[in-house]
Amino acid sequence: MLLLLKFAVLLLTLGLCQGNRQPNILVEDVEDVEPAFEPSRFGSLWPLPQKVKISQDSFKLGSSFRIVDGKGSSAGSSCNILQNAYRRYYEYIFGGAKRQGLGKNRRSAPSELTELRVYITSADSECDGYPSVKSDESYDLSVVQPFAVLRAPKVWGALHGLETFSQLVYEDEYGAKSINATAISDFPRFAHRGILLDTSRHFLPVKVILANLETMAMNKFNVFHWHIVDDPSFPYLSRTFPQLSQQGSYHPYTHVYTPADVKMVIEFARLRGIRVIPEFDTPGHTQSWGKGQPDLLTPCYSGATPSGTFGPVNPILNTTYDFMAQFFKEISSVFPDGYVHLGGDEVDFTCWKSNPDIQKFMDAQGFGKDYSKLESFYIQKLLNIVTTTKKGYIIWQEVFDNGVTLKPDTVVHVWIGSGTNEEMSKVTAAGYTTILSAPWYLDYISIGQDWRNYYKVEPLNFNGTEKQKALVIGGEACLWGEFVDATNLTPRLWPRASAVGERLWSSKDVTDLNDAFNRLSVHRCRMVERGIPAEPLFYSYCPREYKGL
Amino acid sequence: MGVMSTVSSGQHTRPMCYLLLLMILQLGLHTAEGVWPLPQTLISSTERFHLSPQAFYFGYGRQSAAQQGCSVLDAAFMRYFALIFPDYTSGRWNLFSDKNEKDGTLPFSVDKQFTVEVSVDHNDCDGYPNESSSERYNLSVFSGRASLKAVTVWGALRGLETFSQLVYQDDFGSYFVNKTDIEDFPRFQFRGILLDTSRHYLPVQAILKTLDAMAYSKFNVFHWHIVDDPSFPYQSRTFPDLSSKGAFHPMTHIYTQSDVRRVISHARMRGIRVLPEFDSPGHTKSWGKGQPDLLTPCYKGGIPSGTFGPINPALPSTYHFMATLFKEVSVVFPDSYIHLGGDEVDFSCWKSNPYVRAFMQKMGFGSDFTKLEAFYMENIVNITSALNKTSIVWQDVFDYHERIPKDTVLHIWKGTPASYYAELSRMTKAGMRVVLAAPWYINHISYGQDWHNYYTVQPLNFSGTEEQKKLVIGGEVCMWGEYVDATNLTPRLWPRASAAAERLWSDEKQTSNVDMAFPRLQDFRCKLVRRGIQAEPLYVGHCKQEYQGI
Repeated sequence: MLLLLKFAVLLLTLGLCQGNRQPNILVEDVEDVEPAFEPSRFGSLWPLPQKVKISQDSFKLGSSFRIVDGKGSSAGSSCNILQNAYRRYYEYIFGGAKRQGLGKNRRSAPSELTELRVYITSADSECDGYPSVKSDESYDLSVVQPFAVLRAPKVWGALHGLETFSQLVYEDEYGAKSINATAISDFPRFAHRGILLDTSRHFLPVKVILANLETMAMNKFNVFHWHIVDDPSFPYLSRTFPQLSQQGSYHPYTHVYTPADVKMVIEFARLRGIRVIPEFDTPGHTQSWGKGQPDLLTPCYSGATPSGTFGPVNPILNTTYDFMAQFFKEISSVFPDGYVHLGGDEVDFTCWKSNPDIQKFMDAQGFGKDYSKLESFYIQKLLNIVTTTKKGYIIWQEVFDNGVTLKPDTVVHVWIGSGTNEEMSKVTAAGYTTILSAPWYLDYISIGQDWRNYYKVEPLNFNGTEKQKALVIGGEACLWGEFVDATNLTPRLWPRASAVGERLWSSKDVTDLNDAFNRLSVHRCRMVERGIPAEPLFYSYCPREYKGL
Repeated sequence: MGVMSTVSSGQHTRPMCYLLLLMILQLGLHTAEGVWPLPQTLISSTERFHLSPQAFYFGYGRQSAAQQGCSVLDAAFMRYFALIFPDYTSGRWNLFSDKNEKDGTLPFSVDKQFTVEVSVDHNDCDGYPNESSSERYNLSVFSGRASLKAVTVWGALRGLETFSQLVYQDDFGSYFVNKTDIEDFPRFQFRGILLDTSRHYLPVQAILKTLDAMAYSKFNVFHWHIVDDPSFPYQSRTFPDLSSKGAFHPMTHIYTQSDVRRVISHARMRGIRVLPEFDSPGHTKSWGKGQPDLLTPCYKGGIPSGTFGPINPALPSTYHFMATLFKEVSVVFPDSYIHLGGDEVDFSCWKSNPYVRAFMQKMGFGSDFTKLEAFYMENIVNITSALNKTSIVWQDVFDYHERIPKDTVLHIWKGTPASYYAELSRMTKAGMRVVLAAPWYINHISYGQDWHNYYTVQPLNFSGTEEQKKLVIGGEVCMWGEYVDATNLTPRLWPRASAAAERLWSDEKQTSNVDMAFPRLQDFRCKLVRRGIQAEPLYVGHCKQEYQGI
């Protein structure tokens, strides 16, 4: 039976204006909290697990509480991912609020929870591996006396289970850490749950990227789509082509990602079960590439003479493909994920059209005036190159729309805001695996609770067979960088992206906006308490306001 | 692909012109035009002087009415030293200068002394800035010396800010200032920022930081919308129940008397007035929790519904309470203005209450509830007048009721340009002083460079005589708190508010073009970031030193 988490209301939750809060408020008063904010029967769980049973029996987490490997778990003390996660979650659970004399002065001897035992149940824990689109992220959590048990086939599920466990803990009326008897069985609805950050339009210090990976883990996101380069700057320091960032970054020393930085990001993400998918968008969106790689971009012509400006990557030169082959060889070894994102969006044909050499090439190839054929030609060759690196690839939807021949295992990323459902139908009807981003462009801002719009999206709400729908592997919230840098990224992303997080994780029928508001409000305060400046949903307060000024 | 080798490869090697251009652009910004908001007159030359933190001094001019011991200026010298030499405070400058000295690469001797000599006409070091304080200053930068002259210490503060913005660093970290002559004064005397600490509680630290950033943009009024419906964080000496029952939390989400003093003192040191708003009779839900019988009980079907409306204007106890509260407020807040609110009063609860209706009959108001509101506001304004304070009220009060004291300041918050221009005409025609906030509701966010909208406002572009236009004493940027707390306040406020700051300080003719303003504002935004204010970007680009927090 599902019951109200009475005590959680008092200390973890925030009160909206009407909820006049006093210390030592009596339990009976909880029912009187006025309508705008009410504690959810699911406490502050976010995203909501697939199956939850919370009882009213509560236990205390004493000072001796530990998170330990279960006997017979296939991952032991040598498993970095888990050992790091135990410490991380122990600190989140007891962290800032650790009180002196906790455990003393108890009025009665309440039942105590002494351990959380973590079992990895399959033979290969994947402890030393990287997460992938096929990773098993499921877990079962049972909070009973005297110890709670977390079981997961792989470490990835265990990480999610630890986050869930930490979300179940609340402070009782005396400030003691408590947890209710709970049974949870959980797994994600979609395998690909991503956040796109854009480090080209503004450089993001590594610290900011790491903080957001940390926050992604709190929201069970599992893909960091790193839109690392674009027109404005090329901060990726390539070992093979160091001139790319030397010439193409905002500053060659202070505004670049060194190989060590990239490694750090990938490992930090791995420890949180997050994949890092780099995007090297071509042939458009490449102005910054041209600075350090002469002859890579197409010279634009004004009349019969070069105008001095440059267009997309030049698709008619052998040197272009030699460069791409070497470059993507490096990328495939630097980024361990099975996929790279190849972009392919918004290719402007005007420069190609202006260039007489390109026109000649078009004629020789029999493309006529159809420049999408030239784009197709380029992409084809690029895909062949990337295939030799044994990577899968993701492309933006235009590549599909323009009729470029794709391999059957290509992943198509749908981003255009109009006709999204039709596009989803078309792409999946053609048999391609699909990722949805169109409804989740979080760089678009407005006053009000726009998280509700992100939350209300149903990704499979397009016309298509069950088989088609099974091709949608997930979605991504995109925070493009025109107006975003380290100063405003985190509060702009969170908790708005959390709404997307729940849509991609939880069951399709989790659609109650009021319940979502009640849980998300508390979840937001939890992020704030963990040092993440997640912005407010509406007027309210957190017991511990953001102090990181 | 055999075909492709027949195509000649590009003959044009790419010039590295972008980087070069960028550098030239940055050099260009390192002239005196980099000051934000733009001074009234500014002449600068390319002749530049080297500044060394080891040989840099602030001093008082011989004729200056203020001398060493002047709290405001002594503290400002300390602050501005650190702002002028940001590397010095972090200890990095020494490394640089040592290296340069050894290499002999410094074109000037590092020991050449430079003194900023400050002279003011009045010794108002221990006072507070007020509505008529002069903020005028003259600043001349010569070899080895800068002369800053002002009528008041508040003007001297503005001049110090300008001087700090004139100083720049070259690529080797050395500091320079160009030969410059500036005469400057604000176009409008009231340049405010409203923060709302009721819808979300803002930790004192967030307020102090905002005051710092305000000084960088030469704002001079902090309008503290301290209480409202959602919470009552002001801890009153006389009525402690107001915050102990009406705050989000009685211990952690309140402003104690010492918090308030700290804010006022921090503001004073920066030449900023603190204008408190105790908005009534509407927007007072949180007041009712700690003050029984203050709010009007709403009725439903002949019986009290258990909910409450605006302050009850029909009870004498209400006015007694308000007089006592405002007496305290007038002592706690030294500014000569008190904001009385008076906006958005919902009449439905008053209408439902039989006692209020009876009072209406008795007073002969018929069924015109605007008369009841006017009656209430008149009483409140009289209370503050008796305390020798100038009242400032939201425009609703004027709209409903023209019989308000002539010295009341009206605050326009509603409408499109057409409607606020009409309101400006009406109000100034009635001889009232006006503060304009309507175009600067900065809590309304949208995608893109919305600072353009705040920048291109023409506050005096309404029909009226010169005399009428003089009655517009300034403007205010409002950051209402529905969606804003300490997590996102600073990047949402800056540099968008800085656009309004230039409109309110500078000459409109010299600053009407957003494209001209863009590079200067971009540069100023990076200065804010360098000073630890997490001002968000205007558009694609970068700062030399990016923000290092999260």
